[in-house]
Amino acid sequence: MPNQATVDWTAGKKTVADLGEIRKEYSEVREFVASPDGERIAVVVRKDDDVVGVCVNGQVWEQDLEKAWHLAFGPDNRLTALVRVDDEWTVAVDGELWEERYEFVWNTKFSADGSRIAAQMKQDMRYGVSVNGQAWETLYASCRDYALSGDGESVAALVQVEDLPEADIFKFLEGTWSVAVNEQPWERKYLNVYAPCFDETGKRVAVEVRTDATQYTVAEDDEPWETKYTCVWEPSFRPGHRGIVVPVRVSGAWTLAEGGKPLWKNRFMQLWRQRFSPDGKRIAAVVAPSYGRWTIAVDDVAWDQTFGDMVLAPLFSPDGKHVAATVKQENRWGVAVDGRAWSETFDMVWEPVFSPEGDVVLAKVERDGRYRLVANDRLWKPTFELLWDPVVSPDGKHVLVRGVVDEKYFRQVVSLGEIMG
Amino acid sequence: MSDPTDMMIADAGIDEGIKKLTPERIEQTIRHVLDNESAARMKVYLETCVHCGLCAEACHTYNSRDRDPDYAPVAKVKNTLWEMVKRKGKVDGPFLKNAARIAFTECGACRRCSMYCPFGIDIAYQIMTVRRICSLLGLVPQYLQDTTNSHAVTSNQMWVQPDDWIDTLMWQEEEAMSELSGARIPLDKEGADVFYSVIAPEPKILAQLIGNMAVIMKAANIDWTMPSADGWDNSNMAMYSGDFEVMGRVERAHWERAAQLRVKRIVMGECGHAYRGAVYDGPKWLAWKQPPIPMVHAVEFYYELIKSGKLVIKRKIEEPVTVQDPCNIVRGRGLHDKLRYVIKALCEDFRDMEPRHEHNYCCAAGGGVINCGPPWKLSRMKSIRCKADQLAATKASLIITPCHNCHSGIEDIIGHYKLGMHVKFINELLVKAIDLES
Repeated sequence: MPNQATVDWTAGKKTVADLGEIRKEYSEVREFVASPDGERIAVVVRKDDDVVGVCVNGQVWEQDLEKAWHLAFGPDNRLTALVRVDDEWTVAVDGELWEERYEFVWNTKFSADGSRIAAQMKQDMRYGVSVNGQAWETLYASCRDYALSGDGESVAALVQVEDLPEADIFKFLEGTWSVAVNEQPWERKYLNVYAPCFDETGKRVAVEVRTDATQYTVAEDDEPWETKYTCVWEPSFRPGHRGIVVPVRVSGAWTLAEGGKPLWKNRFMQLWRQRFSPDGKRIAAVVAPSYGRWTIAVDDVAWDQTFGDMVLAPLFSPDGKHVAATVKQENRWGVAVDGRAWSETFDMVWEPVFSPEGDVVLAKVERDGRYRLVANDRLWKPTFELLWDPVVSPDGKHVLVRGVVDEKYFRQVVSLGEIMG
Repeated sequence: MSDPTDMMIADAGIDEGIKKLTPERIEQTIRHVLDNESAARMKVYLETCVHCGLCAEACHTYNSRDRDPDYAPVAKVKNTLWEMVKRKGKVDGPFLKNAARIAFTECGACRRCSMYCPFGIDIAYQIMTVRRICSLLGLVPQYLQDTTNSHAVTSNQMWVQPDDWIDTLMWQEEEAMSELSGARIPLDKEGADVFYSVIAPEPKILAQLIGNMAVIMKAANIDWTMPSADGWDNSNMAMYSGDFEVMGRVERAHWERAAQLRVKRIVMGECGHAYRGAVYDGPKWLAWKQPPIPMVHAVEFYYELIKSGKLVIKRKIEEPVTVQDPCNIVRGRGLHDKLRYVIKALCEDFRDMEPRHEHNYCCAAGGGVINCGPPWKLSRMKSIRCKADQLAATKASLIITPCHNCHSGIEDIIGHYKLGMHVKFINELLVKAIDLES
């Protein structure tokens, strides 16, 4: 989510860059990325046979880079790239390279305000995390993923704390994985650890753990729940509550548990991607109420309408009253809101967004090779060669459109009413 | 009776596991699987089989081991699952050691026998149920269990580290660029038409196959991507070790990564078991009736590219070739005609196998058998003599294997039986044959 305070909400259209000119100038132009505020568009370009650069609004960063990839704008609109210089990797932020260099660096994440930037790193065949260019001193045999707290002050990473000789299946059973919080490992070791998450304060960590070959549960700050399950998926902290909510498999069926106790009464063929209303009082999740049929359940009640292909993670409106999700049926993508699918279907749908009042759902969609915006099941007429997700103004009156037409990238602030037709 | 030398093979994954078992745990586990995890079809199969033995002729181990009745599919079920059912789970360590040996190393779940059963009984399903029981009891061959552990930790089957994966893609992109100007491996490109997924041996030991695909994609002008994060490996040995929870986790990662990147479909590399895991067993365990995003095997993809003219064949392979029909994409999916279309487009001198298509013999490497590792290699070779005879009869010098297990298994057969042949993936022939100039 962009920091909306940084967005210029003055109505109107501004052409930012001519992508055709960029394509003419460089032999190779990779995938474009637009900043959240729409003011900048960046792309990796080839400057010479062995030299690439990062081009922002047509201007290339000064540094000659051997490689550059994973361009990502943070919520504060700063641009990051993972770059290689002199055979070493680092993170570049708006053209400035972190002083530290690594054997490899990847998986950039941002704090909510964008002020802290983290990435996984490898040095001397050991693995850890670097935040704002300061790598952990304690590194590990491996690190598969990590979570960054909302304020960016804490990192919880899945780390291998014991070396594992080749094909040593017995040592594996003793536990070789744990969680390192700000580089300090938990005491307990587990067979597997997955999906770390922080609570709102950034102080508590929950993670999915495998305690023996057939038992899974949740560990909170290295305390595994007493209740064990045959399988669990990603845990999450419920906002405003102390509880950790997790999909669990019990007797071959799935439900939600909180704090090791059943939370929902219904059982499903599958359940994952639970999401909370902002006050944490309501929960929605993707469920399969019967084999091969998918939908959303809200507070343990599945929508009547189900879908055969796929349903993606639900999204609550800011007031917590409405739920939307991307759905797929017979290889057509669509959007469903509060249990009803839109009549329009598409070749692809990106994640929907709610207006602040919760009365409008917008999404970027693709049809016949062109991108468009759709709001409450109505297609906005303009079509785009490239388009990024819409951003709704805090007052709900305007939408920031970031798109490309005739190879010109522009940002446009349009009234929501115009898009609604 | 079964070969005594095979029965003596030591495998720590099985032998050490047996030491930890109690009669109560054995009984409880078997009864749990039979009562709670097995579908109604298991009961139907058990009650329908009339012990006619017509499945025997279908089995490569039976045919390769002098038609010893102990190697007939019906005997494999009789000596494992039927006894467990009959004794209501009250079986002991020596019985389970033998059952694990049979289930993991004498059956590759190739399903050829089901075609010869008058009732169409899915004997492989019964053997997989034995594997499930063994997995829950901690009786999985060491190397297969290690592969499953890799899946559980990394989501890929060869302990590939996240940075090694990305670095390999970048390296192969450079290789592809040197072959064909403009060839790329676009990472994490949202909305691409094709999400290309591979199995872990490719980045680990056969990286050139990824580079080849980059050349093919560029030559065919395909809008494609590969993911930089977990979910890139479409293989699934947990499916064969009986750890269905890990199997489901791996498959979910694959599908969700594709959904996250908003791709239109998945094209997977040349692997058979991965196709089975991604299209059938994985989705089913996760509650999908069919793959949530369209998925095609490389053979279908090559067929589509050649048939549509997106790829033009400029130079055909001249040496005599034959082709291995991988069980999971031919018996399991019926791709034999498309496979032959591709082979004939690529090769001047194609010599088909007999039997062929869905009647082809398994390579004896699939179904997790080759992943049981070095202790079982000689046993595996003894079980596949009929394939060696079948290969030699074609008088081809090159065997095309659009499956990683077939590729490795047939290389072993060639070496063991001194066939003097060699093995290639289609991908390797295609980059040499297509017109890169137009």
